[in-house]
Amino acid sequence: MKKGYFGKYGGRFVPETLIPALRELETSFRRSISDQNFKDELLSLQSTYIGRPTPLYFASRLTDRLGGARIYLKREDLGHTGAHKINNALGQALLAKAIGKKRVIAETGAGQHGVATATGAAMVGLKADIYMGSEDVKRQALNVFRMKLLGARVIEVNKGSQTLKDAINEALRDWTTNVLDTHYVLGTVFGPHPFPTIVKYFQSVIGREARKQIMKAEGRLPDYLIACVGGGSNAMGLFNAFLNDKVKMIGVEAGGEGIRSGKHAARFAGGSVGVFQGCKSYLLQDRDGNVLTTHSVSAGLDYASVGPEHAFLHDSERVTYTYATDSAALKAFELLSMTEGIIPALESAHAIAEAARIAPKLSKKNVIIVNLSGRGDKDVQHVAKIKGIEL
Amino acid sequence: MSSRIRDRFRYLKKDGRKAFIPYIMYGDPDERTTESLVLLLEDIGADIIELGVPFTDPLADGPTIQSAAERALAKGVTLTKIIRAVSEMRKRTDIPIVLMTYFNPVYKYGTTRFVKDASRAGVDGVIIPDLPPDEAGDFIKEARGKDLDTIFLLAPTSTDDRIKLAAKSSRGFIYYVSMTGITGSKLSINKDLKESVKRIRSFTDKPVCVGFGVSTPAEARTVASLSDGVIVGSAIVKTLNESPSKLKRSVMALRKAI
Ligand SMILES: Cc1ncc(COP(=O)(O)O)c(C=O)c1O
Repeated sequence: MKKGYFGKYGGRFVPETLIPALRELETSFRRSISDQNFKDELLSLQSTYIGRPTPLYFASRLTDRLGGARIYLKREDLGHTGAHKINNALGQALLAKAIGKKRVIAETGAGQHGVATATGAAMVGLKADIYMGSEDVKRQALNVFRMKLLGARVIEVNKGSQTLKDAINEALRDWTTNVLDTHYVLGTVFGPHPFPTIVKYFQSVIGREARKQIMKAEGRLPDYLIACVGGGSNAMGLFNAFLNDKVKMIGVEAGGEGIRSGKHAARFAGGSVGVFQGCKSYLLQDRDGNVLTTHSVSAGLDYASVGPEHAFLHDSERVTYTYATDSAALKAFELLSMTEGIIPALESAHAIAEAARIAPKLSKKNVIIVNLSGRGDKDVQHVAKIKGIEL
Repeated sequence: MSSRIRDRFRYLKKDGRKAFIPYIMYGDPDERTTESLVLLLEDIGADIIELGVPFTDPLADGPTIQSAAERALAKGVTLTKIIRAVSEMRKRTDIPIVLMTYFNPVYKYGTTRFVKDASRAGVDGVIIPDLPPDEAGDFIKEARGKDLDTIFLLAPTSTDDRIKLAAKSSRGFIYYVSMTGITGSKLSINKDLKESVKRIRSFTDKPVCVGFGVSTPAEARTVASLSDGVIVGSAIVKTLNESPSKLKRSVMALRKAI
């Protein structure tokens, strides 16, 4: 396989100005992950700062309610800051320090990656500027305030669709301008090489733990893994440890108001291959190669493209990709809250929705692990608004 | 090399002059204006015209060109239309025309088909800011076969091996990005700029043109003295949008300075 590629997907499609920085990043990343001190520090902070390992919880009331497969939840919502995003943000903050950068920037959709980056930066002692589309600033007001409390500057992006993709454009423009002293903490397994590989590395802890935990709980591997797919980092993090096993995997994209409505972010169901924001992958685009606006009730899945390794896993049929609509996700959001006392992030609710769809069709001997990528506090206000309730 | 671009640089060299390369966004504010503007720029003495292809996510561009792209997209401008328009323009002008486009519209069009259609329409070269030579192998090969110049960019961060790669991969000219930044940023003319152009020249005989941030005649004059040509984008796009009646005078001033 060509370097930086997953099959025909991936690559490094960015302006020349950034290429030397990406090469330097790749070298430093390789050096850091073979450096025992770096690994020890990461391991120690994963345990004492993030609170890893996160539990694998058997959701018995959800299982009973659905009446089929046994459902386990990988509790990334219990990690520090409330989502899997911290795994990557902390790792990259340590990397930025190792490279000697003084400032980090990041894009954020749901605000979880922004919060995680602001947190990692505060902990390591770096300055953080976070780009966020103004549409998302409205949807995720709580996280905007959290970032500010953590000492980060939140820069509102009111261009284009004013969501995640526009925040990434601005972050890339900033990085192009300030590349000499700034590290870009990309939040998902996307963008130019080596980002998809770096982010997968830091997120893979999810699947490594889950594998051990399910072996302990069930004495065997699961039949299914289910994760929501925005850029695809929580999914990649869970899937990676099981890719060589006989485990079925399902990635759940945002179906929005349905594929036919055009208002969705289901890149595999509704997109085609394109080159966007640094890599080749599936992309929601029009006939002329312009990028379409997307829609999802969840800001973290509201993105026009998807990580290149997912494109590869899609084409090779190793992973099945499906979608959950806004309304299915909202139902799942309430279902998990009421049956288990866990309010999931709206992103994670998409994965729950798929579990709720297939579990009843499976036997009681089957085992499903759902990645509960984040907690739902950030979404409570938004959900109330959708339900017409004033808080 | 496309004979139009090659001939132009030969002719400039003989005259001891530098190239003036204005950039305009195709279809901003509308297609008819762009077409008459190309002829006007030729009259004023532009050497090569850079035509911008609008894209929804122009990540190497600052606000001025981003807004121009939005206006052009709102008018329904597409790569297909631009190629067709160039072929129409060729009935009236022989000025070298270079398209500046992001890669996805070209990829979606189909690179093979794009190279064939663009060269047949009379496009002389292509600049694709998000397609570094490392990713452009097939594209370069196909473009060579059709005499379509591939113009790659170099930046202040480029290392020697990258300069060699861009020099080897470029035809027509090499585009030196004056700063670590996006289009429309403030230019700072300093020793680095001079050194960088000199460093590139130590690896290649191909013309080196400088763009990004050049806005005033004084800047254009200095940049011209250091290089083989000056690319002016945002400043022209901005004048065209904000005070179109001043456009001719301000472009003439740039031309005179170069
Ligand atoms: C809780 C949560 N889950 C999932 C995602 C989607 O990202 P990814 O697909 O990279 O895991 C986000 C993104 O913001 C998120 O906050």
